[in-house]
Amino acid sequence: MMHARLTRLLIAATAISLAAAPALAADVKLGIVQSTSGGSAALYGTMQKNGAELAAAEINASGKLGDLKLVPVHQDDAGDRGQTVNIFQRLINQDKVTVIFGPTLTTSAFAADPIANAAKVPVIASSNTAPGVPAIGEYIFRTSAPEAAVFPGVLAYAVKRYQPKTAAQIYGIDDVLMKAAYGVHKAALDKAGIKVVATETFQKGDVDYSAQLTKIKAANPDIIVVGGLAEETANIVRQARQLGIPQSTVFLGANAAISTKLNDLAGPAAQGFLVGSGWFIDFDTPANKAFVEAYKAKYGNAPDTFAAQAHAAVTIFADAVKRAGGVSDPAKLRAAIADTKDLETVLGPFSFDKDREPVLVAKVLELKDGKFQLAQ
Amino acid sequence: MTTFLQQVVNGLSLGSIYAVFAIGCTLIFGVLNIVNLAQGAFFMVGAYLGLEIALLGLPLPLALVVALVGGGILGMASELLVFRVLRLRGGHKWMGLVASLALARLLVGIAQEVFGTAVHGYPPNPFTAIVWEIGGVRVQLLQIIVVITAVILMGILGFTLQKTSVGRAIRTVAFSEDVARIVGVEVGRTILITFFIAGALAGAAGVLLGLLFNVVSPFMGEHMLVKGLTVMILGGLGNIPGAVAGGFLLGLVEVFSVAYVSSAFRDAIGFGLIFLILLVKPTGLFSGFEERRA
Repeated sequence: MMHARLTRLLIAATAISLAAAPALAADVKLGIVQSTSGGSAALYGTMQKNGAELAAAEINASGKLGDLKLVPVHQDDAGDRGQTVNIFQRLINQDKVTVIFGPTLTTSAFAADPIANAAKVPVIASSNTAPGVPAIGEYIFRTSAPEAAVFPGVLAYAVKRYQPKTAAQIYGIDDVLMKAAYGVHKAALDKAGIKVVATETFQKGDVDYSAQLTKIKAANPDIIVVGGLAEETANIVRQARQLGIPQSTVFLGANAAISTKLNDLAGPAAQGFLVGSGWFIDFDTPANKAFVEAYKAKYGNAPDTFAAQAHAAVTIFADAVKRAGGVSDPAKLRAAIADTKDLETVLGPFSFDKDREPVLVAKVLELKDGKFQLAQ
Repeated sequence: MTTFLQQVVNGLSLGSIYAVFAIGCTLIFGVLNIVNLAQGAFFMVGAYLGLEIALLGLPLPLALVVALVGGGILGMASELLVFRVLRLRGGHKWMGLVASLALARLLVGIAQEVFGTAVHGYPPNPFTAIVWEIGGVRVQLLQIIVVITAVILMGILGFTLQKTSVGRAIRTVAFSEDVARIVGVEVGRTILITFFIAGALAGAAGVLLGLLFNVVSPFMGEHMLVKGLTVMILGGLGNIPGAVAGGFLLGLVEVFSVAYVSSAFRDAIGFGLIFLILLVKPTGLFSGFEERRA
């Protein structure tokens, strides 16, 4: 008897909770998987978490999505891909998120993105730049411009301004990202008809580049293209000048070299350093100016490229939700994201190409008076 | 020819730092037959101590002294907290090896928390700006200072070991702890001094490398430790003149492998040298110079 009553009670409770579910459907859960601890990944992760949350709050305040409310659910994977996998599973199966923004690191993306792809949950990354990330599957997108999207623009600028005939390349041979950057740089140099007169490599943890640079100096190139992270690039540039490679030999860097560290460590040696980026703090559009102001007001520091790319990712998602008429149909939502065309974002007009890679105007930056500025 | 001479300059300045670091490692081995894997962490802490002094605007020689003392104190701490405890309990030598590795990781972890993981550089100083060009070869004043400092440090060590009572005590302990006890040497104290000297040399090497290459990070010690161990083997385990020569040799070999082979093979050639030496002359390249260790 008691059992029957209990059963009826349970059924009633279940019915009520099921009936209550549609009322919550106005909430669209956004999984934000960014490292906010765990070494240098946390630098990028925190910026992206902030950028994404800011965008979600702005969209909610604007009422653009009607009665749909974006609810960010942040999880910290501490830069550890094992944790990223667990977090993806939890967000997809328990929290039932509609979309995932992240993860911070490319290695995490390769481990965890296939899970989301199989579950038909779109992923929009804003810091993975290594080749092959969107190729993981139909549901994987990114707003972070890969080297191939920005470097040709930088080289074209250098060719116009300096008319180089020869170049030297130096890159980190044990870093997947830098090896890929080297390939992109080489292809662009070949296409521009610039002869590569020296190719040198270095490894993670190297601090002395003098032997490589002495060789490069002997080859006397017009420009030097570095495939290195900011700290490595800074020391390469500094040591090059100390070895007597003149300031007139311009350095071109990889996207990853954009950091205030470059100027901190290299100082005047890095004057005139050229690099390409999908975003730039003084990028002069109303959307970007408003973003920089709002970010500073909310978090007390200036946003960086990663914050901007994360902000754009959420903007793109919200626009797709609107065009798809809601989030109930994953296939429709995915198609709407993929169809993003010339959408006004903080990065400028943004589209996805057929490979779900970002299409945007590369901004060429020059390190001048200790600051990255738009190259004139 | 200019390029060749420039590479010699590059190799010698790099090698001088390897030498200073490696003699600390080899000294401990010579005396106690153990390897202290925390030496790399002392090197890193020394670089940070020097950096902090330099950031305060204090003179660079003071930065060097602070790094020497700081590295030395850490060296003594590693003996008191790790090696001595293990020795007294009759622990196996390998336990010291593992424990010192743990100590190194601990120090790296602390450095990450205190200083962050980003690379820091020394503030601009007048030395970096001064460069001489002699027949097309560029020599920085800083390189000369680093090499001379390295040579002075090695000179002081050599003098201490050969001509002072502390040095005689260290050499006696190195020969045999039992003999040392019989002739009245305070073995415990002597070992402690040895650890101090080794740690101090590591700390000093940290400042020299930080200054010359403008790179200070929590992880710099791991890279250096591997170089130090390479030099130890090149020069013969426990052989101090061997470590000096081995340090310069490794610096030159690395630079010339980049110059005349390929930068991709830099470490492969450096470490390949270890195999070659172990096969051909396991006592080290310079084992003929001295009969006894330390």
